[in-house]
Amino acid sequence: MVTKTEIELKVNGESHKLDVFPMARLLDVLREELRLTGTKEGCGEGECGACTVILDGQIVNSCLVPVAQANGAKITTIEGVANGDELHSVQQAFIDHGGAQCGICTPGMILAAVDLLERNPSPTEADIRNGLAGNLCRCTGYMKIFESVVRACQNSHK
Amino acid sequence: MRAYVPQYQLVTPASLNDALTLIGNEPGVWKPFAGGTDLMVLLEAGKLPHHNYLNIWPLRELRGIEITDDHVTLGALTTYTEVQANDILRREFPMLCQAASETGGLAIQNRGTLGGNIVNASPAADSPPALLAYNAEIELVSSNGSRWLAYDSFHTGYKQMNIRADELLLRLRLPRQTAELKHYYRKVGTRKAQAISKVCLAAVARVADGRIAETRIAVGSVAPVVLRCKQTENALRGNELNDDTMTLARATLTSEIAPIDDVRSTADYRLRVAANLLVDFLKTARS
Repeated sequence: MVTKTEIELKVNGESHKLDVFPMARLLDVLREELRLTGTKEGCGEGECGACTVILDGQIVNSCLVPVAQANGAKITTIEGVANGDELHSVQQAFIDHGGAQCGICTPGMILAAVDLLERNPSPTEADIRNGLAGNLCRCTGYMKIFESVVRACQNSHK
Repeated sequence: MRAYVPQYQLVTPASLNDALTLIGNEPGVWKPFAGGTDLMVLLEAGKLPHHNYLNIWPLRELRGIEITDDHVTLGALTTYTEVQANDILRREFPMLCQAASETGGLAIQNRGTLGGNIVNASPAADSPPALLAYNAEIELVSSNGSRWLAYDSFHTGYKQMNIRADELLLRLRLPRQTAELKHYYRKVGTRKAQAISKVCLAAVARVADGRIAETRIAVGSVAPVVLRCKQTENALRGNELNDDTMTLARATLTSEIAPIDDVRSTADYRLRVAANLLVDFLKTARS
């Protein structure tokens, strides 16, 4: 048996010191230790993107990151996307344009879109498709999701 | 079923020297763990047999892309995202950038590394065919020193490699001799994106006076290792790019590779598609 070690995570602006097994998945630490259950588990093998979070400015599949590799990192989960009560333009667009059905892929889709718009505020349609390519929707509501991101880009340029 | 994580150790060395000392003192006990995009999948499936890992992800010595007049040198931890963002790689080594862009989605490309793709040693890996066609060399380090070797001498059998238990893959380098080359990279999977390859072919050629003056061809998913197809290269060198050469290419490649039936495809399909890709490459080189 391995012993737990102390690590520090800065999640949605708040610092946490945690005793964890180094190979625990970041996904499980977020959900079970920090009770941030907005991050979902889909496939658990890096195919579906449901567990997407932003780690030090890059999206990752949190099911594939052992928590020891996130020590000291800044993490944004779906709970940290809105600014207080004010939704992010991507979240608002998903609501306005029916970008969510069952909701399991939605947090990952929104984080992938938020990350895309931060890197590229004026993405082409191909950029958007590429940016969302690692996120699967089993309701197959892809067009509504895609259109929500297109609208979010338009709204953020108003 | 998922593995029991308290049984897995992941230690973070303070420096490359510390890492090399640890694996030098206890060879075989510690295996390197980089971006985790392969190993964590095995962990989740309860199929990760080894239990002690060395977290090399924070080691600065394994990062960065260096450009000199003769080479582009890439740290083993260079991610697929970093490959695609590099202007010189995009200009001079487009097949490597294409391979990086066709490996998983962005979240995978942010974590997956070239070094990991090499030492994970999957015959279906996407970047090794391009690395072989570009004549890559790799540097292995241990606490006793370092050695460079040609990448085409690294994989010796299925998941078998020319690396000792006290060595780490430090970096790889590509000779900047691609100016006159035609480049051809094509991965064939179940879908255009987010798929593991059934066949993947990377090839370069220099054509002079309608003849193949120089060519290097590498194919993935058709042998126990990603294969540099030297018999086919030798058969083609000096030949005119005509229909007879296409027929010769098809026959030689078919005898050189040894694909199998597996969960992703059949031997027959792979043989036929690999030969079709080679002919497509030669037609592209002719135009």
